[in-house]
Formats: sequence, structure tokens, C-alpha cells
Amino acid sequence: MIDKAKKSVAKVKKVAKQQFRAPAPIVPPANLSSKALIVVVIIMSFLACLTLGFVTLIQETSKTWQNQISEEITIQIKPADDQDMERALLDAKSLALEFSGTLSAEIVDKTDTARLLEPWLGEGFDMDELPVPRLLIITIDKDNPPDFTSMRKTLTETIPNAYLDDHRTWAGRLVSMAQNTVFIGVGLLSLVLVATTLTVVFATRGAMSVNHEIIEVLHFVGAESSFVANEFQKHFLLTGFYGGAIGGGLAAFVFFITDIWQDASMATALNDQASALFGSFSMGASGYLGIAIIIVTVAILTALTTRITVIRTIREIDLVRSDPARSDLT
Amino acid sequence: MIRLENVGVRYGMGPEILRDLTFDIPKHSFQFLTGPSGAGKTTLMRLLFMSLRPTRGNISMFGRDVVDIPRDELPLLRRRIGIVFQDFRLLNHLTTYENVALPLRVRGKDESSYRADVIELLEWVGLGERIHVRPQVLSGGEKQRIAIARALIDRPEILLADEPTGNVDPPMALRLLSLFKELNRLGTAVLIATHDLNLMEQVNARHMILSEGHIDIYDR
Repeated sequence: MIDKAKKSVAKVKKVAKQQFRAPAPIVPPANLSSKALIVVVIIMSFLACLTLGFVTLIQETSKTWQNQISEEITIQIKPADDQDMERALLDAKSLALEFSGTLSAEIVDKTDTARLLEPWLGEGFDMDELPVPRLLIITIDKDNPPDFTSMRKTLTETIPNAYLDDHRTWAGRLVSMAQNTVFIGVGLLSLVLVATTLTVVFATRGAMSVNHEIIEVLHFVGAESSFVANEFQKHFLLTGFYGGAIGGGLAAFVFFITDIWQDASMATALNDQASALFGSFSMGASGYLGIAIIIVTVAILTALTTRITVIRTIREIDLVRSDPARSDLT
Repeated sequence: MIRLENVGVRYGMGPEILRDLTFDIPKHSFQFLTGPSGAGKTTLMRLLFMSLRPTRGNISMFGRDVVDIPRDELPLLRRRIGIVFQDFRLLNHLTTYENVALPLRVRGKDESSYRADVIELLEWVGLGERIHVRPQVLSGGEKQRIAIARALIDRPEILLADEPTGNVDPPMALRLLSLFKELNRLGTAVLIATHDLNLMEQVNARHMILSEGHIDIYDR
């Protein structure tokens, strides 16, 4: 009889050994609530990363605008009777280059001037028949600019029809506009981040609510609060990271594709307009770093919410212990 | 091991469910708790499992007053108690083996150190062929046996079982009872809450009869 029992146990052990695999995780794999949480994390991470990307883009573009404008000044010479325009342009060029802080000067030739006027005057017009002003573009050292007042005075004395435009008014407006745009962008980003935080927190709590019974059983079979919290935290950290990586990855992909599209459609009207407004769509390292930070933050947020929820659930279970009237909590 | 003195429990402003309970559960003892439905058996079990505190009176568990036990120490004390819930409380995503091994797993024990013990116990309760099955496909009786095995796996100092044979046929009930007796023989105190008078007749043990909140104890 004993031999028979021993044989039976040995047989079960053998079968069991063959079929054994690593124990299933204590926290159940994705259920409907967990899947909903992943979708919420993906959407909110995508929106947050997209907003961050746009803010970075606007910030970088505004910097480029400011740099481009502060690197150049323009001298415009209007035609006058008995004036040799080409001679006046050369005089203005050599005069400008005499000032400390000017790096180079380039006369916009007749062909380029005609192209500039093409949208208004059409093709094939004769420049000599119209009183068209000519331009001289001067590149300056933006860190050590020339004395514009002195340059303007000397220029007017030498060539009365010349006008120096240091772009200061235009640059001031543009900088102000760019700063406002970045300010609005940071505001929007803050709102999206707050919305992401709240949505992720509430979605995590929703996903955790179905695990109340598991937490209770673990607590009753002798698991310490930290053990239960760690198990759930590990699971939801991965869930948050997974959702965040997909959302953030999609946002990075959108910027990557837009950048490729911009490169591929260079020199088209649509691209020119987009480039004029936004510059290049290629996001710098800071943009991608920001996306990575958002992904990690979302994962940590999810894990932290889980930990707090588990500890709160265990406290509620223990609250019933100290107050039987609170049995509604379990 | 466990001592109750003038213990009373009420929920909110309602009447007292349990009144003036005074008794003790000595080490290595075996007792049945019985009484009509609604007499407060499950509430008493919860008191003994420290998932409920009395509204009056004192309970001493393992030499300590339950009121003075900090929340963080509760899991460690519960490890000395095996409990079989009336509604089993199995985790549906874990297999039979994993459910039974759960108390050992949460104590941080290595799986290879307890595998043979878990399989042996499952064989004892007649679930040797159902090791890798999840609770959803098991009968009520099989689930009950898993819950019993889970309560016994770490050789607790006291076993609290709420209707542990309520869903099994008489031969299996006797088999489980012999398991409880064997456990008791090895040193575990046993308290079984049951309506099954036939089962109570099988063991020469103390009978605790709960009625209208009072308890009457018949030592044998």
C-alpha cells in the first residue's frame, strides 16, 4: 500500500517536473483595464511629445530668425536723375566695408532684382525703363556690430538717395512675436503635461481597481505591503514604459517623416511656405531628449500611482480591521 | 495561543453580533465551531485572523494584545496562521500549483525549495493530476481543496477553516478531515467552522456552539 502511494507520488513529481515552467507573475497579465491604460498612455504621451516637439521647433526657428536678421543689414539706393546706379552701388559697398564690424557686402544684381520683383511686375520687363531701387546686402559681425548712426550719416552725405536699413524695427517685432509664440507653446505644453499626469494617474487607478481582490489575498497570505507594492509597481512600470515608448516613438516618427518630406519636396511652393514659417522640421537632440524624458516620466508616474494605490488599498483593508463599520471598503 | 476575554463586536450603530466571548485556543488543540447561519461564525473567524478588531474586550494572539500590534507586523503574524476562506479566494490567473505555493512565494522562498512539498500536498488532497490547471475550470470541491492546501503548505501554528468541506462529497470530506488530524498531530492547532454534524462526530474534539452572539463550549 505504502509502495503504491510512493510510486504514485513519484509519478506525479516526474510529470510535474516535465511540465514545469517559470511561475506566472503574481500580477495578472494585461486585462481590459490594463489595455485601456496602455491606450490612454499612448495617446497622452503622443500628444505631450508632439507638443514638446512643436515648442522645441518654434524655439529653434525663432532663434534662427533672430540670428539671420541680426547678421545682415541692407542699403537701398533709389534711382535719381544723372546718377550712375552701378557706380553708386560700388561706392556704397566700399564705404560700408570701411566700417569696423562689417564682414562682407554683396550687390543684388539686375537679374536677382528682377526675380525679386517678378511676382508683382511679371517676367521680361526692362529694368532700365523703370525707377527700380537697388539693394546692397551687408553681412555684419553680430557680436561686434558697426556704428549704424555714423554709417547712416556718412552714407547719406556721400549718396543722398541711399537708405540704410539695420532691420532693428523688424527684428524687434519678430523677436517679440517669437518670444510670445514660445511662451504660448510652453503654456500649452504645461497644460498637456498636467492633462497627461492626471489622465495617467486616473487610468492607472482604474486599472488597479480590478486588482483589489488580488491585493487582499496577497495581504492575507502574509505578503508585506512593500512586496505587494513592488510586484504591482514592476508590472505597471513596464506598462507605462511600453505605452509611453509607443506614444513618444510615434511623435518622433511624425517629426522624422515630416523632415524627410521637407527634404524631398524642396523648392516647391508648399515647402517654401512651410520653411519660411517653421524653418526645418528636423528636431534637434534636445527635442528627442525631451521625448525620452516624457516617456520615462510617464513610466515613473504610472509606477508611482500604482504603488500609492496598492498601499492605500492595504490601508483600507486594515481600516476595516480597526473599524468594523467600514466593511463597505472591502 | 489565542485568548479572548469579554469580546464583543458590532457593525456601526447596529446590535452586537458577538457578545461576551471568553475562551482560549490552546496549542495543539482541535475544535469545531458551529451554530446556525448568521450566528457570527465568519465574524469570529475574522477576529481570530486579525482582519477585524473587537469593539470591546481583549484578544491576545501569540502572547500579544491585538490592539497593540502595528499594521506592518500583521503580515508576519498572519504567516503563523493558515486560513481557508469560505469563498476560497483563489487567484484565477495562477495555476493550482501556483495558488498553493503563493504563501511560500510571498515569503521570498526559492521555488526549487518547495516544489516537491507542494506537489506532495496536492497529491494528498487529490489534485495531483490538476497541477497546471487554472481555477476557472475546476469544480467547487477542487477549488476548496486548493484553498485548504494553500492554508496548510507552510505548516501554520493554527489553522482556521471556514466550512472547509462544504463543497466536497463525504469520502473527500473524511479524507480532508484526516489531513487536518494529521496536521494537528504534528502540532498545529485546528479550528473548523462547519454545519456538518457528521463530520464533527468523526473527531473527539472540543465543540464551540455559537448562537445569538453567545458561545457555549463543550470540551470532550
